Amino acid sequence: MTHALTPRNAAVLGLFAILGLVPVYCALTGNYFPLTLFTRIVILALAAVSLNLVMGFGGMVSFGHAAFLGLGGYVVGILAKEGIGSGFIQWPLALLFCGLFAAGVGALSLRTRGVYFIMITLAFAQMAYYIASGLERYGGDDGLTLYHRSAFGAALDLSNKTLFYYLCLTLLLGSVYLVRRLVNSRFGLVIQGARSNERRMRTVGFATFRYKLVCFIVSGMLCGLAGVLLANHTDFISPAIMHWTRSGDLIVMAVLGGMGSAMGPVMGAVALLLLEEGLSRITEYWPIVLGPLLLLVVLFWRGGIDGMLARLGRG
Amino acid sequence: MADPLLQVEGLTRRFGGVLASDAITLAIGADELHAIIGPNGAGKTTLIGQLAGEIAPDAGRIRFAGRDITAAPVHARSALGLARSFQVTSLFADFTALDNVALAVQAHAGHSFRFWRDARRDPALRDPARAALAAVGLAGRADQMVSRLSHGEHRQLELAVALATGPRLLLLDEPMAGLGPEESARVVALLRGLKGKLAILLIEHDMEAVFALADRITVLVYGRVIASGAPAAIRADTEVRKAYLGSPAAAEAIHG
Amino acid sequence: MRWSKLIAKPMLYFIEQCLNGVQLGMLLFLLAAGLTLVFGIMDLVNLAHGSLYMIGAYFAATFAAWTGSFIAGAALALVATLVVGIALEVIAIRRLYGRDHLDHVLGTFGLILFFNELVRLIWGPAGLTLPLPPEMLTAVEVLPGVFYPVYRLVIIATSLAVAIALYLVVMRTRVGMLIRAGASNREMVGALGVNIQLLYTLVFGLGAALAGFAGLMQAPILTVQIGMGENILILALVVVIIGGIGSIRGALVAAVFVGLVDTIGRAFLPDLLRLLLSENAAATLGPALSSMMIYLLMAAVLVFRPEGLFPASGR
Repeated sequence: MTHALTPRNAAVLGLFAILGLVPVYCALTGNYFPLTLFTRIVILALAAVSLNLVMGFGGMVSFGHAAFLGLGGYVVGILAKEGIGSGFIQWPLALLFCGLFAAGVGALSLRTRGVYFIMITLAFAQMAYYIASGLERYGGDDGLTLYHRSAFGAALDLSNKTLFYYLCLTLLLGSVYLVRRLVNSRFGLVIQGARSNERRMRTVGFATFRYKLVCFIVSGMLCGLAGVLLANHTDFISPAIMHWTRSGDLIVMAVLGGMGSAMGPVMGAVALLLLEEGLSRITEYWPIVLGPLLLLVVLFWRGGIDGMLARLGRG
Repeated sequence: MADPLLQVEGLTRRFGGVLASDAITLAIGADELHAIIGPNGAGKTTLIGQLAGEIAPDAGRIRFAGRDITAAPVHARSALGLARSFQVTSLFADFTALDNVALAVQAHAGHSFRFWRDARRDPALRDPARAALAAVGLAGRADQMVSRLSHGEHRQLELAVALATGPRLLLLDEPMAGLGPEESARVVALLRGLKGKLAILLIEHDMEAVFALADRITVLVYGRVIASGAPAAIRADTEVRKAYLGSPAAAEAIHG
Repeated sequence: MRWSKLIAKPMLYFIEQCLNGVQLGMLLFLLAAGLTLVFGIMDLVNLAHGSLYMIGAYFAATFAAWTGSFIAGAALALVATLVVGIALEVIAIRRLYGRDHLDHVLGTFGLILFFNELVRLIWGPAGLTLPLPPEMLTAVEVLPGVFYPVYRLVIIATSLAVAIALYLVVMRTRVGMLIRAGASNREMVGALGVNIQLLYTLVFGLGAALAGFAGLMQAPILTVQIGMGENILILALVVVIIGGIGSIRGALVAAVFVGLVDTIGRAFLPDLLRLLLSENAAATLGPALSSMMIYLLMAAVLVFRPEGLFPASGR
């Protein structure tokens, strides 16, 4: 990725600027709906970025990443219900659980590949969904309400929407940077090599399994962070967030935005959620456009938005 | 032979009804260039597959530097010093030539759980990679995407990747497949330069190259070793002539 | 009668559940057979298979209401679903052949969204019902003391008939031979000069008809609503994975197996847990664990036999 001012880089800068200025716009107009919308966009963008780490760079198509969203959220919700409201305890524990879950799921799933991998990650996510549905004490199907957001002391009051938004945005940008450094490191090259030609990687001497597993764990934890943020944002967590169609949404965001870069999924999330928001004002049947659109993207528009922008820059 | 580097005993492998490897036994010294020849379907690639660890033999043992590696996984064999090039080019198509070789270097440069530093700017990886590329004659093409290289350059790159792992034994599966005379001559010169520095197991159809390079030759027909020994002996062997060297092209290659 | 007093209630219940398990298994088989054929021969992951199942049910409910006859409605629905399936293949599906599985997953996921909205547009958000003719509503004594609804027996019988017909077609006809050959070696069939395009369309159409048949058969006893396809699709995919891709025999065995495990698991696991654990724990774990059973089964199969129980191909 060059640092020249290509159309693509200009678009990225523009996007950062818009994201950074949303609260300012809201303060000026007094309309706080965009803030709520963009908080959600930023959080789901984080989830999509985490998914793309394993999917775009690692070639592991996980159809169960929504489970991490739910798991992160539920740890926060359950701890809050049991009287532990401190974010300093909730958040690390949430990440820990997601890491453990990813380690377990990864250890079993990574023995398979291709569509089998897709299926088994899907199955594990459904398992998480059913477990959450069965937790009567924590709301079961109806879900769990968070009466207080994670507490971080007086300095960081998460119920301040603007503050919360900037926290989410900072975490998103930090994650994008982290993913970028990761994929170009020795570790990242192993992951990309395994995606490109796993047989060659093994022949050359890499025990690819352990690297893919670590990648899966990091991805799961990052997605869990998004889940923590989401639970705080909506003050609510339910099994519905873990349904496999939610995992599908994340995949769509990553593909639409472009799987080849760390920033791609962010573009995809913004595009998809704004499109949904816009279309839903025109007609309540907006998914009818989204469906074929997705098919068209898959057929003709590989590389997503990011890829298209990059092509523009080349002439 | 005193202390062969590679010792294969009674290697057997079936695929359904086909006996691809029939109790193959052979030994290769640490600085020997050993060629395996035989008609198509003789089981040469199956043999390499078992030596490399991708195919599990039904019976038999493989010993490398004194260790039994019959059950060792592919990556572990590489760590011990076994390198392999593929008959059908198997590279990282969406990377540059230099990236390809650098990955091979990286596999033997300690663990890769390093998450921060840009690996493409690490001289410990890039310098040996450039050297390997230069050794096979691809120095000028280092920054080209693999998809942009010619078939001949792919074969050269295959060799560079295998060499970059610092092997003790090089398993070469038809390195000259699909190459023209000029390119083939270049590969032969390269292999001649490597002779004596490491052990090489060479599978080839190009008889000229085989007889010019090999210290010893093993002939494989229908999965069975029908002859093994010095090139002159193989040339004269009646069984071999009947089974394999009977074709006019081969005969011509031998008699020059 | 002495007999019925000897067979204790739990035993009767067990037999009834076994029959339910077989009936569910047969429905799953109808779905899985189509999926596994398309997967095995065209190497296509078709998530929209569930949508065809849904359409079959909706058509049946509508046509039965128009004609006043269940049988006529069912027959018309079958034809209509076949037509939709073939149209779908020609318009959209065939452009996905040869691409990697992620493209299939995304493209057909888009189709799911499309069909769900289309159905909502045409039939509205509330579901439909499909009443049974009065003769089918009675129960029959299959074993002394065991009464089982006629209609469920009809499902089992017709599904078995379809399975046998499928077996005869695949094993005894020329087309069937091409199908078997295609499942184990796609390239060869093309090389034989067969009209691959037509074969693929036929196979897809067959799969669609089977899915539609499953949908309309279960409509009177289970449901006709939007999104019904997604829930059963996962089960069907699990069956295909367990049975082995491309294998109809595998699909039958796995389907009955999965049907039994799921039904008997749900029926008896909560009670079993109550014997072993405290009331509370059993109440929490029970429903979750029974929903999970088949996923655990699939995970186990993938760990020990990643190709499934009866892999069709030697590829």
